[in-house]
Amino acid sequence: MRFLHRHRGLTPYLLLAPGMAWLAVFFLVPLGFLAYQSLQSGSIDFGYAFTWAWGNYWDAIRNYRPQFVRSLEYAGIATVLALVVSYPVAYWIAFRGGRWKNLLLLFIVAPFFVTYLIRTLAWQTILADHGLVVRTLQSVHLVAANGRVLNTGTAVVAGITYNFLPFMALPLYVSLEQIDARLLEAAEDLYASRWKAFLHVTLPLSLPGVVAGTLLTFIPAAGDFINAQLLGSPTNHMIGNVIQSKFLELTDYPAAAAMSFVLMTAILLAVLAYARAVGTEQLTG
Amino acid sequence: MSAVAVPTPRRVRARVRVWTFVRRHLLTAYAVLFFVYLLLPIAVVIAFSFNHPTGRFNYVWQGFTWDNWRYWDGVPGLRSAIVLSLEIALLASLVATAVGTAIALALVRYRFRGRGSTNLLVFLPLSTPEIVLGASLLTLFLNLNVVFGFWTILIAHVMFCISFAVITVKARLVGFDRHLEEAAMDLGANEWVTFYRVTLPLIAPAILAALLLCFAISIDDFVVTYFNSGSTITFPLFVWGAARNGAPPQVNVIGTAIFVFAVGAMLANVLVQARRSKSAG
Repeated sequence: MRFLHRHRGLTPYLLLAPGMAWLAVFFLVPLGFLAYQSLQSGSIDFGYAFTWAWGNYWDAIRNYRPQFVRSLEYAGIATVLALVVSYPVAYWIAFRGGRWKNLLLLFIVAPFFVTYLIRTLAWQTILADHGLVVRTLQSVHLVAANGRVLNTGTAVVAGITYNFLPFMALPLYVSLEQIDARLLEAAEDLYASRWKAFLHVTLPLSLPGVVAGTLLTFIPAAGDFINAQLLGSPTNHMIGNVIQSKFLELTDYPAAAAMSFVLMTAILLAVLAYARAVGTEQLTG
Repeated sequence: MSAVAVPTPRRVRARVRVWTFVRRHLLTAYAVLFFVYLLLPIAVVIAFSFNHPTGRFNYVWQGFTWDNWRYWDGVPGLRSAIVLSLEIALLASLVATAVGTAIALALVRYRFRGRGSTNLLVFLPLSTPEIVLGASLLTLFLNLNVVFGFWTILIAHVMFCISFAVITVKARLVGFDRHLEEAAMDLGANEWVTFYRVTLPLIAPAILAALLLCFAISIDDFVVTYFNSGSTITFPLFVWGAARNGAPPQVNVIGTAIFVFAVGAMLANVLVQARRSKSAG
């Protein structure tokens, strides 16, 4: 106590120490180990040695380009779909929810209360070959008579969209909810139509939510392998599937480590490109 | 009278009203459809926990039965997986919330050198794909020859829960009225007493929220656990293994139980808040 009084400047560091140490040792240091591993060569039987094996990176990109491209593509499509699907609902809750807002938000996050794997398995059941959904789609000729949905790219994208939807809907809701209704009244007083008021007032003000939702959806989606595994066929495998099998089944650690870094770099580049497009102040603000 | 004399605006107004009505209900109808889509898989999970599958696969509705609920641990390995998941989630959420609350206090209350990098280090794990978190921790443990199992899973879970705890508690601390603490000090309370009697009760809801959030994230985690569990099986890992040869309906039973429990907790929270805001307003 007296020690603390004498060294008041120390208090924040004492508060930080345990948590920061944990993150340093079990998050930062492991990233270093991953980098170290990615530049090793050898095999699991004869041991790996650090040899500055940059070739691992080129091999990763050269051999698994389709999977990298597919990961970004599926994640990108799913993110756009999630945005389009959930924006009207976030808007509806924010402006029309009234006293039911909290309950409706509970509905939005309800999928999170079912174990990720179990809800993905539920989609397996829903999209199964002779299920109601597929038969309906067949009868309106959206799917060929002997066609299927399960084990296709469509199913994988649909699964990703569903699984990360709350990540998109919640930030959208938060930014829409904060909008001052008087601004919209002002727009209408100035003879803006409802649509124009939406386009010039509501939409720009909700942009921080769009940006946050997009990032929260895209980043985990690009690294996902569960949807591709459970809802897709091997031709729909994403880079996550490759990294997972290299690490845990083939024990080809250096290649898998290199791929992990390529994935992180690809995501970072995509996020930076996105940041340029929407403006950086939206990202930090 | 003027309304009769000038009929056009009224007709226009009527048309506008119809249009508004359609549009308003169009959005509502869309929202209803959206919620059907959102809740459909949950309904499937619950319904299939009562299914009576004839073969290995629990995909097609065969008939209603209570048996899966009655013999919920009739599948070997399921009970131990659930117990392990609960233990890990409980410990991880306690540790992560404790250290996370401390970080949040330091970040909001103090100006110190290294604040920016602290914020960055808290934010980074959230923006890293789970597979990279899992893979990097795996290489650490492999290189240090650590035995995979309970402790590696716990370490991993605390790691990815800390950031969530910090963010949750920080959000509450930012809107905190510091005058209350100053008042306590003026009345002769020292720093510790002020912390226990004033600060802690005020941020208690945020701490509870952080605990629940961490618990939920931990018990649901598959990816990071998959990389760092060795041959130890948590509930999500059990589901993953079972899915390969057809998941038994008992998996749906546990999924439903977790869902009902979590929704119950959230609903209670929503109701309490609603009552509190009603009595406050």
